[in-house]
Amino acid sequence: MASEAMDIKRRSATTTPSPSVRQSPVQGGGVAKLIDTSQCIGCKACQVACMEWNDLRDEVGHNVGVYDNPADLTENTWTLMRFAEHEKDDGDLEWLIRKDGCMHCEDPGCLKACPAPGAIVQHANGIVDFNQEHCIGCGYCVTGCPFDVPRISKTDKKAYKCNLCVDRVSVGQEPACVKTCPTGAIVFGSKDDMKQHAAERIADLQSRGYDNAGLYDPDGVGGTHVMYVLHHADKPQLYSGLPKAPTISGIVSLWKGPAKPIGVAAMVLTALVGAAHYIRNRPSEVTEADEQAAEEERNG
Amino acid sequence: MTNHWVDIKNADIILIMGGNAAEAHPCGFKWVTEAKAHNNAKLIVVDPRFNRSASVADLYAPIRTGTDIVFLGGVIKYLIDNNKVQHEYVKNYTDLSFIVHEDFDFDNGIFSGYNEESRHYDKSSWDYQLDEKGKVITDPSLRHPHCVYQLLKKHYDRYTPEMVARVCGTPIPKFLQVCELLASTHTPDRAGTILYALGWTQHSTGSQIIRTGAMVQLLLGNIGIAGGGMNALRGHSNIQGLTDLGLMSNLLPGYLTLPEESEQDFDQYIARRAPKPLRENQLSYWQNYKRFHTSLTKAWWGEHARQENNYLYDFLPKLDKPYDMLQVYELMNQGKMNGYICQGFNPLAAAPNKAKIIKSLSQLKFMVIMDPLVTETSEFWRNAGESNDVDSADIQTEVFRLPTSCFAEEDGTLVNSGRWLQWHWKAAEPPGEAKTDIEIMATLYQHIRQLYEQEGGTFAEPVTQLSWPYANPYAPTAEELAKELNGHALRDLTDNRGNVIRKAGEQLAGFGEMRDDGSTLGGCWLYAGSWTQEGNMMARRDSSDPTGIGQTLNWAWAWPANRRVMYNRASCDSQGEPFDPRRSLIHWNGSKWTGADVPDFKADEAPGGGMGPFIMNPEGVARFFARGGMAEGPFPTHYEPFETPLGYNPLFKDNDKATSNPAARLFDDDKAEFGKVGEFPYVGTTYRLTEHFHYWSKHVLLNSIIQPEQFVEIGAELAKELRIDQGDMVRVSSNRGYIKARAVVTKRIRGLDIDGKRVHHIGIPIHWGFVGVTQPGFLANTLTPSVGDGNSQTPEFKSFLVNVEKV
Repeated sequence: MASEAMDIKRRSATTTPSPSVRQSPVQGGGVAKLIDTSQCIGCKACQVACMEWNDLRDEVGHNVGVYDNPADLTENTWTLMRFAEHEKDDGDLEWLIRKDGCMHCEDPGCLKACPAPGAIVQHANGIVDFNQEHCIGCGYCVTGCPFDVPRISKTDKKAYKCNLCVDRVSVGQEPACVKTCPTGAIVFGSKDDMKQHAAERIADLQSRGYDNAGLYDPDGVGGTHVMYVLHHADKPQLYSGLPKAPTISGIVSLWKGPAKPIGVAAMVLTALVGAAHYIRNRPSEVTEADEQAAEEERNG
Repeated sequence: MTNHWVDIKNADIILIMGGNAAEAHPCGFKWVTEAKAHNNAKLIVVDPRFNRSASVADLYAPIRTGTDIVFLGGVIKYLIDNNKVQHEYVKNYTDLSFIVHEDFDFDNGIFSGYNEESRHYDKSSWDYQLDEKGKVITDPSLRHPHCVYQLLKKHYDRYTPEMVARVCGTPIPKFLQVCELLASTHTPDRAGTILYALGWTQHSTGSQIIRTGAMVQLLLGNIGIAGGGMNALRGHSNIQGLTDLGLMSNLLPGYLTLPEESEQDFDQYIARRAPKPLRENQLSYWQNYKRFHTSLTKAWWGEHARQENNYLYDFLPKLDKPYDMLQVYELMNQGKMNGYICQGFNPLAAAPNKAKIIKSLSQLKFMVIMDPLVTETSEFWRNAGESNDVDSADIQTEVFRLPTSCFAEEDGTLVNSGRWLQWHWKAAEPPGEAKTDIEIMATLYQHIRQLYEQEGGTFAEPVTQLSWPYANPYAPTAEELAKELNGHALRDLTDNRGNVIRKAGEQLAGFGEMRDDGSTLGGCWLYAGSWTQEGNMMARRDSSDPTGIGQTLNWAWAWPANRRVMYNRASCDSQGEPFDPRRSLIHWNGSKWTGADVPDFKADEAPGGGMGPFIMNPEGVARFFARGGMAEGPFPTHYEPFETPLGYNPLFKDNDKATSNPAARLFDDDKAEFGKVGEFPYVGTTYRLTEHFHYWSKHVLLNSIIQPEQFVEIGAELAKELRIDQGDMVRVSSNRGYIKARAVVTKRIRGLDIDGKRVHHIGIPIHWGFVGVTQPGFLANTLTPSVGDGNSQTPEFKSFLVNVEKV
């Protein structure tokens, strides 16, 4: 077993306990990427670094009248700059640029919704990762995600999204987007450290007149391992529809919450019925004579 | 840059105007972020568009393109009227007290000495008054009506906030906020920097816009100090090296200049460039011009260059006129130039008025292309459909394509905007048949030389006598060339007591060792010190910063003399004390100048002797009054772009001579192609995007994915009027042609009220063409006019007239 797998704390559709012998090295609330929208210039270097590190190449598409390119997240575009123009009450303009991608929720809706055992895992450090070899392409993770992040590939019908460069992080490196960011708008470290850094940035923004500057680390999903510093933390929707109070979809919650015992009961019932059926109607067996008759019919 | 990238972190106020650093220089922009985060700096962006830099600015002010002199002139007036001037600085370090020639005059937009027919000025009245000893006459009280201060004040008196609003379209409150922030740096403990780029240079008044910015900085005492300066962010990786090495048609390496046709006499040529001091005890460093010039011609022609033949001055071409690119395409167009070596340049894409370039290139007999990539220029003859609709059969130009290596496939050095020469090492071999530019040029030279030697020819000697001391004459190495640029001693050099300070054959330690008697050789005096007897200084990689203000003197090497902030003597008061001890660059320690930077001054000249910090000027101070240095006048004046949306100059309404730059060069055929506002009612302006680099990165898949298809930006107000929706295909036309592109409809471009008229800008990114892996597009320069700045001939890409229609 790979040593990283020993740091997995949750697996989709799995009832057996996670490995728990190893002393977890995770401290400070796990890892976190902090994206400071007030320092981001929308240069898309993070998009390129992501494509390069992960060997992804989206198609050369079209301009649909905005700076966002490709036009949306895809199985080949795991992170995307989204540009929003906002006219303030005083008539001044703001161009709010947000790097979109997986938020790595502490309570991941995708993982909860996933019916394929081990297709989605959460590492002890908080990274939520998709294991495509277990993915059945059902798309439940898409429904389960409050941020509309996972995408199902047209090629292999499997789900893809940012994995916070788990391969880099597990050997002590920062994600590719963080390493490449020219202005330091994306930083990476323990979640506690990132919150502290965010507090300094927020103080700076407040001193510049952004009274509602704040940290985006929404409770509804248990907090996230990708956080934003926003000039307008009271209105995250301004940033290309960042949800104000994201929660896991009611259906998923129902499915994995109160409905789960019912589902389990249903499964147990199905198994019992099946057993009873077996006992009552044994399988029809084929005799050698039957085989011979069939052979003759075919040749005849 | 007078300063350098890292130094931006020391600024308290950063003005980005005539540039878009976040967009075009995202890596260098980190120092703006640093200044904001850790120096509590305020960032101001002034631009026609709310751009990527504006998205992280503290203050954004809109401006109509091409009106920057009005805006900055307004700032000058504000600073003077509100007494926000660094008085000690301007009193001691500028020419404000100098008395100007009594015939100097400025009347209704035109300076004294104008000849309308030749579009030239007789500049004899554009000078200081000198006494009988040849020294300037001054009035320290600044009351003399013809002193520079009084003339300056009078000149900018009309640049009121109301005038700024009327001409630039900048709302008065926004303009005043900008003024207040800039003015806050007039105290010695605050520093402000200006970052600009091609948004200032690419106008018919570009050089004068930059001068106006420099004048603002002088009034505030922001030149020569940490966190200050006039900082040109260069547009290409190695365009700084290009200008340093004199690859302009009128320059020699190190900003030495080619003689004009009238300068047949060597001594006269030198004397005009080596001015005597205009005040007592001034250094007037260009007095050393002959040392630099002689060392250069020794590098070029070796032992053939001797004192008795004036170091082969006769071998240098004498210019009858400037041969900039606009002139060159004009000559091709007239059939007077019929061969062209096009090296690392894509003029069909990069020069104005594509139709004219097609016509010009079509008249050539041959064209040699040296480039790592396929360029539009190399395929100008190919019909690419609507975007290059030529008749190939009609074009007889023979095109040779010589593939070259790119920067990562060769050793060498690049000079960044901050004048740092940073050595780099080859990372890969060039692909296929590609060779380095050096090898191609050297091989070509060997063939030409052999032909001259075998067959003779007119004036063969400059070619046959060229010094070529390289181990492999067909492929000089980067090391050999770098050492030659630095220079070495040809004989033992002695000091004035007869001690040998440099043995024959040794590398020079700096340009101070260069001699005018033929005993030194050096290909570029400014680079002397880059490869000394101690080795390659450009390859140094020690990032230690002992004072914490970003002065990493052991990281690479900066010209001149490894100095990181030019004019740094001006960071100290006249007694040699730093104006701001918290970010001291140099100081007088009682016996010499020393500190965190290499002093830009005579090392042992005690303060108090009156020597000025601007040692390259014979007066030792900085000039508000440019004397004869500029084509269109000693004080920057607003002139409209040649394609003006108004049709008149709102400052000089009744004088049509002063509508556009009266001293800009105009070719008749270009003039005939200017459009008028009736037919082309909108203002076009071209620019770059972060996602692409010029016309190169459209060959790169990653860049093409993140910005795939050509677009233009149209303000929401105008788009509504024209019924254009997000993503619609539109046709943008000028009097020279049209392009088709997607519409990005945006609130970031707003209509401006200019002198009672609503003026709209159309933003035109430049990066598409008919080769590459992006979606195919049109060359943006199909639209632009072929007219340049009055001094540099940089084309007016930033202001021209267009029409827009939905396709």
